Amino acid sequence: MSNFGNFVRQKREKLRESDRAYSVRQLAQRIEVEPSFLSKVERGLEPPPSEAKIVLLAKELGEDPDALLAMAGKISNDLVKIICRRPALFAELIRELKSMPKHAVLRLVREVRDGDW
Amino acid sequence: MIELKRDRLHFSFPEVHKQAKLTVELQRTLRIPDDDRTYPLPPGLGNFPLCHVDDHASNVPQGWRRRGGVMMPMYQSEALWINFKANFVSARGHGYPFAIKIATGKVCAVTGEGWQNELSLHQQDYVVAPTQPWLDGYCVEKNLIRQFVAMPLGAGYSAEEQITGEAEHGGIQIIAYPMLGEEFEKRFPFSKTKSRMQHDVGLNKLCLADVADMEMGLAPGGKMRQEIAEDKFGFGAWDHNHSSRCFIHMTNSLVWQSVTGKRPPQPSPTAKTYSQHGLPWFDYYSESPALNGSKKLSQLKTVHQVGIEMGQKPLPENETAVPINVNVIAPQASKYQVREGEY
Repeated sequence: MSNFGNFVRQKREKLRESDRAYSVRQLAQRIEVEPSFLSKVERGLEPPPSEAKIVLLAKELGEDPDALLAMAGKISNDLVKIICRRPALFAELIRELKSMPKHAVLRLVREVRDGDW
Repeated sequence: MIELKRDRLHFSFPEVHKQAKLTVELQRTLRIPDDDRTYPLPPGLGNFPLCHVDDHASNVPQGWRRRGGVMMPMYQSEALWINFKANFVSARGHGYPFAIKIATGKVCAVTGEGWQNELSLHQQDYVVAPTQPWLDGYCVEKNLIRQFVAMPLGAGYSAEEQITGEAEHGGIQIIAYPMLGEEFEKRFPFSKTKSRMQHDVGLNKLCLADVADMEMGLAPGGKMRQEIAEDKFGFGAWDHNHSSRCFIHMTNSLVWQSVTGKRPPQPSPTAKTYSQHGLPWFDYYSESPALNGSKKLSQLKTVHQVGIEMGQKPLPENETAVPINVNVIAPQASKYQVREGEY
């Protein structure tokens, strides 16, 4: 079972405990996929769906779309466009950030540059 | 680390203490008459616009790019004051203390000495926030300052040119040192009873709401009552291993518009007009002992005096003003205290 599928299934079943609209059938209808396909995705028998379907799924499950996309091994198109405009710069930036603690990443801002005077 | 947000410089030192934060504002104000009378504190008329030098790198002198920092516009003979807002930690009843060195053209505004990054052990060459809520000029005598007035660099008026004989740097230089984290913890322990007491925000003054020619320097103007408070914490209280500094370049307001595409603020009213309308001036009395003035700075000639020597009239309006509505601000006033006026 894939991480993505496992996560979606656990999240959906938890929601279903208090809301029957979170059955496989009803959720599949709302994101416009076949129930059997969603069931197979949850069991890891099918790869994750398209970006558009994952975004819909994230909204239904109350999850962050970027987080769900990342779980599916995808990056949203808008981020890809941003990175592709300055790929070397963003690649360097992301590598620099990889070992920074979360609070430091959240504090990432533009500093006033001090020079030679 | 220094960030520029909404025309304010935000200094923060999370590596020293999570509360070690300081905001510095450069406030527009009216120029007090340079007539050797002593004036109270003029109002704040809002922050000068600031922007990163790097954002206009292709339009500024190479020296500015080398120094980095920020830039701001000033009209000739316009005045400014510098507002210090130490982060108030309500649970400890005190703002996080900072030692702040201020220089104009790399000449210290407190001592008149040349620029050094380090704090001086022998002669206090810095102000302490929140004890010192603002600085309006050069410390020329005990309890007296000469207002910061903008003049073109190279015209012979600036403090830098009078002291060093050179017009090399201009602008304003600031470096801030936070109090040592453990010192802050020790001196200002957590206490619920101190919450909301002695809030320095309550001390704010009223806020009504060709390359060679573009650089401005600051020169001494009219005389004003203002204490430069002694460092009551002592030299050892400061974290000498952590500091952040910023070079604030000053440009002529008209050049500013062509470089940034943004309009500079409207010129400030004259002191005479302002007073005639009964608008408020301020007096601030601190209980802290004050520093003696700098002999070097006291020997500087004012813009008016240099103008007479040169046969120029650098100050378009210099008529004596009579401040009537003078409001006394007490340092112990709480943020929440309602101020009683005159009626």
